Amino acid sequence: MSHHATREELASEAHRLLADVSSRPQPLKARERLQIPPQEMPSQDPVARRANTNEVALGYSPEQARLEAMRCLQCKNAPCIAGCPVRIDIPGFVGAIAGGDLQKAIAIIKRNSLLPSVCGRVCPQETQCQAPCTVGKSLKDVNKAVSIGRLERYAADLEREKGLLDTPEVKAETGRKVAVIGSGPASITVAADVRREGHSVTMFEAFHKAGGVLVYGIPEFRLPKKIVQFEIDTLKAMGVEIKTNFVVGRTRRLKDLIEKDGYEAVFIGTGAGLPKFMNIEGENLVGVFSANEYLTRANLMRAYDREHAQTPIYNSRKVAVLGGGNVAMDAARMAVRLGAAEVHLVYRRTEVEMPARVEEVAHAKEEGVIFHILQNAKRILGNEEGCVTAMECLKYELGAPDDSGRRRPVEIKGSEFIMEVDTVIVAIGNDSNPLIKQTTEGLATTKWGNIIVDENGKTSLDRVYAGGDIVLGAATVILAMGEGRRAANSINKLLAGNKK
Amino acid sequence: MNRIISKKQLSDDVFMMRIEAPLIASERRPGQFVIIQLDTKYGERIPLTIADADPAGGSITVIFQAVGATTSRLSKFNPGDSLENLVGPLGRPTHIEKFGTVACVGGGIGVAPLYPIVQGMKEAGNRIIVIMGARNRALLILEKEMRALADELIICTDDGSSGLKALVTAPLKEICARDPKPDLAVAIGPPVMMKFCAETTRPFKVPTVVSLNTIMVDGTGMCGGCRVTVGGKTRFVCVDGPEFDGHLVDFDNMMKRLKAYKRQEDNAREICRLDAEIIKQAQRVKGT
Repeated sequence: MSHHATREELASEAHRLLADVSSRPQPLKARERLQIPPQEMPSQDPVARRANTNEVALGYSPEQARLEAMRCLQCKNAPCIAGCPVRIDIPGFVGAIAGGDLQKAIAIIKRNSLLPSVCGRVCPQETQCQAPCTVGKSLKDVNKAVSIGRLERYAADLEREKGLLDTPEVKAETGRKVAVIGSGPASITVAADVRREGHSVTMFEAFHKAGGVLVYGIPEFRLPKKIVQFEIDTLKAMGVEIKTNFVVGRTRRLKDLIEKDGYEAVFIGTGAGLPKFMNIEGENLVGVFSANEYLTRANLMRAYDREHAQTPIYNSRKVAVLGGGNVAMDAARMAVRLGAAEVHLVYRRTEVEMPARVEEVAHAKEEGVIFHILQNAKRILGNEEGCVTAMECLKYELGAPDDSGRRRPVEIKGSEFIMEVDTVIVAIGNDSNPLIKQTTEGLATTKWGNIIVDENGKTSLDRVYAGGDIVLGAATVILAMGEGRRAANSINKLLAGNKK
Repeated sequence: MNRIISKKQLSDDVFMMRIEAPLIASERRPGQFVIIQLDTKYGERIPLTIADADPAGGSITVIFQAVGATTSRLSKFNPGDSLENLVGPLGRPTHIEKFGTVACVGGGIGVAPLYPIVQGMKEAGNRIIVIMGARNRALLILEKEMRALADELIICTDDGSSGLKALVTAPLKEICARDPKPDLAVAIGPPVMMKFCAETTRPFKVPTVVSLNTIMVDGTGMCGGCRVTVGGKTRFVCVDGPEFDGHLVDFDNMMKRLKAYKRQEDNAREICRLDAEIIKQAQRVKGT
């Protein structure tokens, strides 16, 4: 592996370069901008971070951020904006960072995005805003596009760390009540946008802690909990009431919220929490986990802190993770941190088709996760105690493209082989959670259990809206946020339209 | 926060607590359970069955055996103390209707979740035969309450200190052999008991419902830790259950899954024991 540049080395190199670039006649020509080297994200040393759960990506230095922002060509047609699901004015905020005006940068971002420090970290920028970036195209490498996400994170972090954030203004109380079910990204967005209009908002969370997938699923090393907590605290400061340990559908039925408790609108943002399994032999052996369970134990229940946490986590030596998405990377990297001697990631297509972000794949490899592409589990083998001892796998090759446009993996007959493992983590996605559907009559869903909404985010029921993964299937934080925005708009319109 | 209203020790390690939980008290139905977590930061989440509820008074009753780290800690809580987290009611309620004669079998602590089901079945107009089993007389719980509801009550103890000296399967078999046989059997208790109850009713083709208490984290379908094999298919106890057709449940697999963290838990208990030992010693030193 090449030399791991430290944060200090990257900062001092950027310091030198910035002085050089700034001494040239301004504004810089396009050619000069393209010559500025893409700024590498400083990260924790790969060996050291195998043994801690601290955030891996450390964030740009001010000089790195300005240099990276100067690489932006300020294209008139701004293809990046079209690539952003919530249409942030990207050249606007990047230009502001290049000019050193942080306040302006963050103000521009916040016009469209409520959670920039989250999205700057977890958005798949390389397939969204950075995919059509002219800089990347000119340099013939999408990985050399302007690092929009890192700049978004830079601006948002600095604002938070400097204490520049004001609690968003809330209009005069209207006396109208809105219920938000779930507390993940879609729900956080709805709660904030509806509360701003002066409506009273109650957020219902089934777990003992708010934040949804941001706290139970995405690990600390990728998204520090304090960032999520900051967003939740902001909601509370705005006057949003958060009720944890409350399962709508069970603790109270959805229709009772409207008919008995006086909520005039309800937003369902319960996410995609129902793990899929492969339906193969041996899947219920001891030592087989859904990624949800493994990550929830490790993150939300703090099992990584073996000294204090009462929630146990399986003692693993050799772990196989099935899947190729971000959740698979999270689970594999968590297993490394929990002390597994070997972690194998098994994926039936190739790295090109992996849905995980390029950065997560790179980080996983740096941390020693062993990749097995074009392979998949056929069955899981166990011993007399019912514990996993091995996996029988099959090799695959890529055939013709399927409906998703990706080449279909085809099994190679007779290619069976044994992989010895004691733990198997299944990370092949989630189905929609059935709880609300089971307990809410008349709520229309697809055959996969996703709630059907119209173009305003409204469900088949009056006054009931939905968004995020429960509508989209497992998707991204930014899409969930976009859906939340849309539903919040509709709720605000509904409540403004018929005065009490 | 949910305050403990009263506490009663039913036997050596079995406790009954009435806990303030107004919403759960009014929504819960027979067959449902709650999840508790004693402290938000480091506590584990464990499912407990609801033995009774008082909607007017806004409380639920739980009965638990102090066997794991969390239940042992809970057993030391007293009236006035609060549980930081309590969520429910979870799981699908028992399907209650007038079946005819229902044989209800409870083993050990399993009598607690059986009690509301017996109440429900009785209210629906069923004839109720209750079979209660325990290792010995001191470990029998809710005998008086069951006696008040049952049309026929059979008690079994392993040592014969109360009722029959037999396993619950013996009277169950005898009841199944009657004419007419029961229309339904409900069995709740240790997995091995439920397994053999199901085996007992199978040849008589008496439909048999069992209620499973597996390892859970969230209790809402999100983690899948509670999954069991039922009729060859994977089902989640928290959202598909907790009640399943006893003739289809793979009990052997379930029992193995229940032991997933046993070694770690044994260690934790050992540490707790050592801690208590150290505290005792410290107090002794202080006292002298």
